[in-house]
Amino acid sequence: MTRQTKLNFPHPPARPDETPDFSAIDIPEAGILDVPPPELKAADSHDYAQGLIRILNDQGDAVGPWADYIADREDESLLQGLRDMLKMRAVDKRLLNAQRQGKTSFYLQCTGEEAIGGGFQRQLEQGDMNFPTYRQQSLLIAADYPLRDLMGQIYSNACDPLQGRQLPIMHSAREHGFFSISGNLGTQYVQAVGWAMGCALRGNGKIAAGWIGDGATASNDFNSALLSASVYQPPVVLNIVNNQWAISTYTGVASGQSKTYAERVLGYGIPALRVDGNDYLAVVAVSRWAIQRARNGYGPIAIEWFTYRAAPHSTSDDPSAYRPKDEALAWPLGDPVERLKTHMIKRGIWTEERHAQSEAELLAEVMAVQKEVEKHGTFVNPQPISPAEIFRGVYADMPEHLRRQRQEMGY
Amino acid sequence: MATEILMPALSPTMEEGTLAKWLVKEGDTVSSGDIIAEIETDKATMEFEAVDEGIIGKLLISEGTEAVKVNTPIAVLVEEGEEVEDQSSSSAESGDNGDASDDDTPSRAPDEPVAAAPAAPAPDREQDWPEGTELTQQTVREALRDAMAEEMRADDSVYLMGEEVAEYQGAYKISQGLLDEFGGKRVIDTPITEHGFTGIAVGAAFGGLRPIVEFMTFNFAMQAIDQIINSAAKTLYMSGGQMGAPMVFRGPNGAAARVGAQHSQDYAAWYAHIPGLKVVMPYSASDAKGLLKSAIRDPNPVIFLENEILYGKSFDVPKLDDYTVPFGKARIWREGEDVTIVSFGIGMTYALEAAEKLAEEGISAEVIDLRTLRPMDTDAIISSVQKTNRCVTVEEGFPVGSIGNHISAVLMEQAFDYLDAPVINCTGKDVPMPYAANLEKLALTSTAEVIEAVKKVTYR
Repeated sequence: MTRQTKLNFPHPPARPDETPDFSAIDIPEAGILDVPPPELKAADSHDYAQGLIRILNDQGDAVGPWADYIADREDESLLQGLRDMLKMRAVDKRLLNAQRQGKTSFYLQCTGEEAIGGGFQRQLEQGDMNFPTYRQQSLLIAADYPLRDLMGQIYSNACDPLQGRQLPIMHSAREHGFFSISGNLGTQYVQAVGWAMGCALRGNGKIAAGWIGDGATASNDFNSALLSASVYQPPVVLNIVNNQWAISTYTGVASGQSKTYAERVLGYGIPALRVDGNDYLAVVAVSRWAIQRARNGYGPIAIEWFTYRAAPHSTSDDPSAYRPKDEALAWPLGDPVERLKTHMIKRGIWTEERHAQSEAELLAEVMAVQKEVEKHGTFVNPQPISPAEIFRGVYADMPEHLRRQRQEMGY
Repeated sequence: MATEILMPALSPTMEEGTLAKWLVKEGDTVSSGDIIAEIETDKATMEFEAVDEGIIGKLLISEGTEAVKVNTPIAVLVEEGEEVEDQSSSSAESGDNGDASDDDTPSRAPDEPVAAAPAAPAPDREQDWPEGTELTQQTVREALRDAMAEEMRADDSVYLMGEEVAEYQGAYKISQGLLDEFGGKRVIDTPITEHGFTGIAVGAAFGGLRPIVEFMTFNFAMQAIDQIINSAAKTLYMSGGQMGAPMVFRGPNGAAARVGAQHSQDYAAWYAHIPGLKVVMPYSASDAKGLLKSAIRDPNPVIFLENEILYGKSFDVPKLDDYTVPFGKARIWREGEDVTIVSFGIGMTYALEAAEKLAEEGISAEVIDLRTLRPMDTDAIISSVQKTNRCVTVEEGFPVGSIGNHISAVLMEQAFDYLDAPVINCTGKDVPMPYAANLEKLALTSTAEVIEAVKKVTYR
């Protein structure tokens, strides 16, 4: 007997008027996966690629072999991690407001994903290079990128280190290990592999980290990057941030019948781990392990950070059109700030009062810089960059015809 | 170098104005954006900003002077430690008429209006190699190989990557011997993904290496065009100068023979369109060598367009230890009086052949090989057209948006009064390349077409 042919069109677990439903997502217990040896091969990493590395359990305890792996960490590093995330949240909050007030054209938050960039960046060394997407501003915060520069670019005013040459959120900060963001999805992933090959050819001991979202794993670049990394074995950490949504497109449209993105990487012969991206301790532990592995010459490694994009895609997006309004609250892995806070209180190094105080302090710090930067002009009160700037940064020596045009413009 | 600050135009129609007030004095240091003067017309008042950094060396027009013509030098900006007098002999440089400066040009009096008629451009006519240099015959193929080998010896950050470049010595045998000399770390065979290996080379270039990416043909580079244009060409600009891509993309370009619509395209105009790229398309072996060496050293991404048919052709190449050809300098292959034929790459074959035949009929053609399309030596074209008053361009690419179209526009804008006939662009036909040999021939431009075009512009 023959069967009818049919097509599959993936649909998310719930649409706007439905109850959020994550029952299909399997959440393994925290602490059940061990720490593999650095020479881990793709063939031996199925458990890590299909499972989920977690340290913080639902009660806020740090458990299992990965917790032991980072047991040497000082309490101060946890405080620093929490401060990074709170600062990130304050920046996102203030800049979202600024966009709503018409002070900038565009903004994009990373709410719910603060642990990933924050925890990863703190494990890198000076000279390592991230090739981020537009939602990894938490890397910049944890790299102590000056807020004045970050906000200057948002307002495209005199404080903008790029002097109006690039979109507000597409930062470039070489000294802070943050490569210039490409507006075309995916391009940076394969470039990270090339940069890492350069590091290995020079033998400078540095590594590269590529970043991509679940949606852009559909791009050519994802395939090219994994294949090239598998062939040449450079020191690169290939991060996949699976936040469930590519604007309004549900992650199932990018994953197809693969259960996890990490699992897909194994087909290229690259070992891969899947990690609870809302668990700051798990992020720190796995980042440290992966970065050390790459630096020590064991070749490329991929990490799927399993998380949820709590914010809209950008200020141009209204998620209430395609997913339940309260879906973020139903995310089974919770909120990264709340989870770390609970753990730190349980550990006796933090209190609700100190948390509230810290939040207020960081918000005040961010607002102070923001106020200062806004003095140099916003969209509401523009102090445009000098038109002469369009002639600069194009030629090392300005050709005569441009010089003439500039003079004719009166600048 | 001293810079003249010119009287600005407050509007496109403004011809003169009053220098109402100086807000700086001689000896003041100014930085870009500083307000240095107030300019008035009967319609408006404007604050005038400094564009460059420097020290106000001299105020040439005193405060309150009326009827100062637009573009008259009003002040001189010098660098620290520089004497004001140093600049007085080169003050014609910033005129509004496109003339290149010449050290012996007499200086213009500050209040003298700028001449309206365009002066003749002064193209760089220096020979590519000194008189008496020993020459050797070499194919384009050998010249390209030597250029890469020499640069790889001189700089260990230079490496070659592409399909078949290592073990197989290149699909067209351009990388012959390189694997043996430089090893597998610097001569790298890649998987069949132009997008992928271009991307990793762009990444390596961002990191400070100087990759040479060989495309088996530029037709395959279509797959990688996002990496070339959106990343390699733009990142230096978009990152505010923090990271760029010093690299070369090279390989055969244009039609070979009977490889059909997808494998016969000329990408000269495509890449020449893009700010941030440099585009080179050599014809001869000496240019292939000298320009490829310059391309490898250039801090920008360079598109280096070769031609399969030219690979086996031999030319004189100077026997010099380090022979380079600068970008933006055309080569005049043949001097003539009646018409200027401008071409590049394989188009030069038709241009030179046509000039030879035309000479037999008593028509004297000047033949210019552009060699680099971005930057383009428009001075050489204009200066030749000022002599011949006629121009024909020759290329294999499609006619719409061609290099010839651009040259026509430049001549319209900058040498209109010198033209005695419309410029004719000889190009490939506006049709996908057919496979059949006779149709393929018809789709390309030809010597006969060039001759016909020349007769048309010379009214013969």
